[in-house]
Amino acid sequence: MGDLIDLVVTEKSAVAHGVTALTLRHPEGRRLPDWSPGAHLDLVLPNGMVRQYSLCGDRWDSGSYRVAVLREPSGRGGSAFVHDRLRCGDRMAASAPRNNFRLAPAPSYLFIAGGIGITPLLPMIHQAALLGVGWHLLYGGRNLGSMAFRDELAGHGDRVTVVPQDELGLLDLPAHLPPPGPDTQIYCCGPAPLLEALQRLTAGYPAGQVRTERFVPAAETSAARDEPFEVELRRTGVTVVVTPRQSVLDAINAVGATVLSSCRQGTCGTCETAVIEGRPEHRDSILDDSERAAADCLFPCVSRSGSGRLVLDA
Amino acid sequence: MLTLPVSEVDPFSPEVLEDPLPFQRQLREAGPVVHLSSCDAYALGRYEQVHAVLRDWQGFQSAAGVGLSNFRWEKPWRPPSLLLEADPPHHDAPRAVLEKVLGPRALRKLHQAWFADAEGLVDEVLAEREFDAITRLAQAFPLRVFPDAVGIPVEGRENLLPYGDHLFNAFGPHNDLVARGTEGIGALSTWVDAQCARDVLSGNGFGAAIWAAADRGDITGEQAPLVVRSLLSAGVDTTVHGLAAVLYAFATHPDQWQRLRADPALAKVAFDEAVRWESPVQTFFRTATADVEIAGVTVPEGKKVLMFLGAANRDPRRWHDPDVFDLARDPSGHVGFGMGLHQCVGQHVARLEASALLTALAKRVDRIEIAGPAKRHHNNTLRAWESLPLRVRLA
Repeated sequence: MGDLIDLVVTEKSAVAHGVTALTLRHPEGRRLPDWSPGAHLDLVLPNGMVRQYSLCGDRWDSGSYRVAVLREPSGRGGSAFVHDRLRCGDRMAASAPRNNFRLAPAPSYLFIAGGIGITPLLPMIHQAALLGVGWHLLYGGRNLGSMAFRDELAGHGDRVTVVPQDELGLLDLPAHLPPPGPDTQIYCCGPAPLLEALQRLTAGYPAGQVRTERFVPAAETSAARDEPFEVELRRTGVTVVVTPRQSVLDAINAVGATVLSSCRQGTCGTCETAVIEGRPEHRDSILDDSERAAADCLFPCVSRSGSGRLVLDA
Repeated sequence: MLTLPVSEVDPFSPEVLEDPLPFQRQLREAGPVVHLSSCDAYALGRYEQVHAVLRDWQGFQSAAGVGLSNFRWEKPWRPPSLLLEADPPHHDAPRAVLEKVLGPRALRKLHQAWFADAEGLVDEVLAEREFDAITRLAQAFPLRVFPDAVGIPVEGRENLLPYGDHLFNAFGPHNDLVARGTEGIGALSTWVDAQCARDVLSGNGFGAAIWAAADRGDITGEQAPLVVRSLLSAGVDTTVHGLAAVLYAFATHPDQWQRLRADPALAKVAFDEAVRWESPVQTFFRTATADVEIAGVTVPEGKKVLMFLGAANRDPRRWHDPDVFDLARDPSGHVGFGMGLHQCVGQHVARLEASALLTALAKRVDRIEIAGPAKRHHNNTLRAWESLPLRVRLA
């Protein structure tokens, strides 16, 4: 689609029992939009499903993204599709990377991963290692075989504590938590019970010391819309039809209502346009969740309509 | 094997700074990469390569300085910027904080006040029919709204312009422009650094918002004053010369002024077209992180690459009739604010200032013309004016 990044699967490999890693590149080898540790992508799978995956590759390689996908037997088919059907050479599309789980600078870090929650933490760990600051990873999973990327973590020695539940039980959070204070920030990603346990134990900690990312339930991500929709430009007095292969920005500019833009990747914010009516489907990396919910503006270089007709102040 | 064209022209000489366009044309025509013997840098004058190198932070670092000075072995004249002179991962957190503080949504609350302020200033200035647009408008407006928005005290604001002027000179070679600024810079720096402290900044400005981010742990308490410093370093001179550029453009293109008057919503496009056309920030350097190839030329590791933003913004390979200032053009994609993860984080502030001032002027002024000899101000990085006498006819 015109407003999404085109990607092609160049590698697919099993990295643990039930976990498949994908390497994605632009079909013509172009540079991909920048990201930082904690970022995720909305991937539009070839079957039309949209799923969010944390980026767990190397940002110094500007030509590839890596994601790891857990097979979820009770899911609605996105992970099963990736595991069973997706092949190298298959095309898909993605939104610009977005980051709600940023790594802030700190003297040291405690990373807590539950299962596939290791994925956003992996680039954070690489970064902490690069910076030479103190860090420790507490990594829990059902059993050793299901825990991805243990090989990549093996070189870090006793900075990594691996806790397979079938042998050692649940993560012993109280034994590893630092005291409240600015010395150690805690980053945790994993299933809801883990996050809830952490939140209970750190309720009195100062703001910003504990940062978590919850998996977004599949039901909350919308399907990719592949039908045309109408955009009314209230000031210009024109209504345009935006086709699936065209960005809203291009459609607006094609009828002569110049909306200034710059990056065309949903990162710089130049093309911000006020929404008068309709519900945008945000694909930028600028707005946070509450700003997205306000639905009062969109970045037409990447974002689209989530509800048929949109009325814009343009 | 491609032969690398060589230029012996000093792009920071008074002749080129007075009128860089002929040199920029030669540079573009000589090839995609040209070796500058005056400063041993690899110069880029074409849009394609400038755009690509701006985005390629992996291959072309900023942490070794974005001027000619190479921080790998030269001591920077001030502690390096956490934004401009940093790469990921160090760059991430300060950038994320400042993007939010200066983002379009955060600026909404300033919109009304700045538009009213611009009308007030324009009313004062239009008491006379002839005035110097540099001091009375291009400098006066940013100095009226921006330091308040940051939250610094009134006293000492006259230090902001000379500090910025030296900062942007210091990206060039050690020529007379740098020598002239060096004497006073100690006192200016001391004043600027003092404005970045938490207790100096008022409670509701950009500065306080940066300190609040430190309280949330998004940046450290050590980083906060340096992030505030970035606002005071990069937020004043650049906007002044951007506004000067758009005023000069309209004074010399009366038909375009009429176009803006007919459709004031074009103010943002007009400002960006002026930023493309004049490129207030003319150049920035990067440093190759390895032997990196650009258009078939290998730039050796550690060597400086000099990107001519002004030349790229007038590259006929990218722009139709590039020398024409034209509001019918879509200037989107110009590199006057840079591109990639170092792209000007204050660009929305600059556009808001410009929209406010142009809208106020368009309401009251029917015609703008040059009233006397305009005089360029030479700076190693900025395309600037010392004086721009204008005559206006009221609507």
